[in-house]
Amino acid sequence: MTHPLILASSASSNTEVVTFWVLAIIAVAAALGMILTRRAVHCAVLLAIVMLVLAAMYAMQGAPFLAFVQVIVYTGAVLMLFLFVMMIVGITAADSIIETIRGQRLWAALAGIAMLVLLSLVVGHAAIGPAAPATLRGSALNVPSLARLIFTRYVFPFEATSALLITAALGAMVLAHRERTGPRPTQRMLARRRIASGRPTPLPGPGTYARHNAVDMPALLPDGTQSSLSVSGVLANRAVAARQGAIGGGAVEPGQGGVAQTATDLAAEHEEEER
Amino acid sequence: MISPANYVALAVVLFVIGGVGVLVRRNALVVFMCVELMLNAVNLAFIAFARLHGALDGQVIAFFVMVVAAAEVVVGLAILTSIFRTRRSASVDDANLLKN
Repeated sequence: MTHPLILASSASSNTEVVTFWVLAIIAVAAALGMILTRRAVHCAVLLAIVMLVLAAMYAMQGAPFLAFVQVIVYTGAVLMLFLFVMMIVGITAADSIIETIRGQRLWAALAGIAMLVLLSLVVGHAAIGPAAPATLRGSALNVPSLARLIFTRYVFPFEATSALLITAALGAMVLAHRERTGPRPTQRMLARRRIASGRPTPLPGPGTYARHNAVDMPALLPDGTQSSLSVSGVLANRAVAARQGAIGGGAVEPGQGGVAQTATDLAAEHEEEER
Repeated sequence: MISPANYVALAVVLFVIGGVGVLVRRNALVVFMCVELMLNAVNLAFIAFARLHGALDGQVIAFFVMVVAAAEVVVGLAILTSIFRTRRSASVDDANLLKN
């Protein structure tokens, strides 16, 4: 049992202990932040932290291949997918605080504590011994040994995985595909529609003022009123969402209400400027 | 050298946190992320056990878990976008078409 690798690992045991505890605290804190933060984007960033910490832990435990796969597949691909979908669904998709099921949080917390106790009891009774002596398979020859295992003993699960991946790709394409219900509008149809809509000209641009010329400032009409058409509805909704998020409100219904609110705010501001 | 039991204990804690997140959160995206957290915790336990036994089978299983999780995320997020397209909401409470 005097393998050089074992000697090396016992020499660096203190480093492993310190690294483990630092990483474990970071991981648990980030995971707790995931379920406590209200914004989905913060959740994704915290999940990325947890995954990177776990990748480091895989590397510490003699699984360098899985550490790299963790970084590439999870933090690279899966989280990017999450962020893309977040972009589609809307960045302001914050959870509302109101409980729809009475006592849901309390019961969830109780269930979590019960699960923690149960699993701790199971793990505590399992009498997990010390790690097996590090072999060459675990460190230097990790990738060739894994490859040999996958292509010999686990070759059928591996083939089933390929079927699963093809099915998943097809399923994603089918689910994300949008059927065109009507024929594609031609340029002639678009022009006709534009004339028939009563506004053949482009929409008015945003207002340019002495102190503000951002795109979220509505323009003034000749009679002095605000033009709600000059501000994009997306921007107006986002301003309202930011304001409601600051005071802890719920989700925002898409509509034209946001434009009116910014317009009234701006009107008040202009009255102050005129005085 | 730190015992694999510590890694398993950490995996338990992360798994429970993920489970509570699935129960508490109502944004479907966040629920998915918590499911991913649970899968990662299980992977950590698998790798700790692989090291405990000095064999690589646990690492192979963790590898398969990663592949299945990636496929699950792809299909789940596609379902999420199609639900969002029709219902204009990412909350799991609003997808109640089968109720009543």
